[in-house]
Amino acid sequence: MSVTTGLFYVFSTIMLLAAFRVITARNPIHAVLFLVLTFFQAAMIWMLLKAEFLAITLVLVYVGAVMVLFLFVVMMMDINMEDLRRGFWKHFPFAAIVGVVIALEMSAVLMGGFRVVDDPASVANVAPVSNTKELGKVLYTQYIYPLEVAAAILLVAMIAAIALTLRARKDSKFISPSDQVRVKSRDRLKVVKLAATKPAASAPPVSTTQVEK
Amino acid sequence: MVLTLGHFLSLGAILFALSVVGIFLNRRNLIVLLMAIELMLLAVNTNFVAFSHYLHDMHGQIFVFFILTVAAAESAIGLAILVLLFRNKSSISVDELNTLKG
Repeated sequence: MSVTTGLFYVFSTIMLLAAFRVITARNPIHAVLFLVLTFFQAAMIWMLLKAEFLAITLVLVYVGAVMVLFLFVVMMMDINMEDLRRGFWKHFPFAAIVGVVIALEMSAVLMGGFRVVDDPASVANVAPVSNTKELGKVLYTQYIYPLEVAAAILLVAMIAAIALTLRARKDSKFISPSDQVRVKSRDRLKVVKLAATKPAASAPPVSTTQVEK
Repeated sequence: MVLTLGHFLSLGAILFALSVVGIFLNRRNLIVLLMAIELMLLAVNTNFVAFSHYLHDMHGQIFVFFILTVAAAESAIGLAILVLLFRNKSSISVDELNTLKG
């Protein structure tokens, strides 16, 4: 058993335990922190697969930005967990059976059909080129238009997130200059037509308390 | 004992099954649902990276790059919707999202 194999088992064990804690944690802050641990172990496993650029991107972008966003949102809200966890363990046996069946079937098929190992000749002959360089070469030539679409998606997501959560303050004393310029004289003074006298029958009796007000 | 493609694919499968169970268990809690979806995407990305490594094809890693982009956008908008929901309902329970029910 080589060092790589041992590291793979260590990383995947920690990763699966952390993922299990993510879905069962009582406190959502703990869930987010275990999710950070899961992503970190995944980055290490990608490192074993010689995908250095993506592993570092996962740590920097995901753990650094998205998980911190999750943490912000979780800490911002006052969540009543007792209400949310009602009936949590009632469905656990059924969920566990479904999950074990999915995992076992997929693992059986995958372990049986994909016994691909690293070709020793290609490992020995591989040119010492960095993974980042190779990725960049493909990304900026063949995939340049998808890259620009991805940039547009990020922009749209940013605008959407801001537009969804933007809230005008109700107590603001802000005055719109364009409204002031566009105002007409009929907007300033409104003449309301009133009957000179009210019919006596329909008028409600005026109580003394109302008069005092 | 040497690592094969099957080891990494099985790891992805187990992670995916765990997140399916997570979605099943946390039906009421919207924020844990979002986390379980992140775990699913991570499992899929691990599969892509493993295939890319063992088949000596760079395009798998390009796909992971784009999936990461879209997942970041998804979680940003999802959390914005969550904040909006909490502001309006003072709760993030999925049970209260029945306004559109006829």
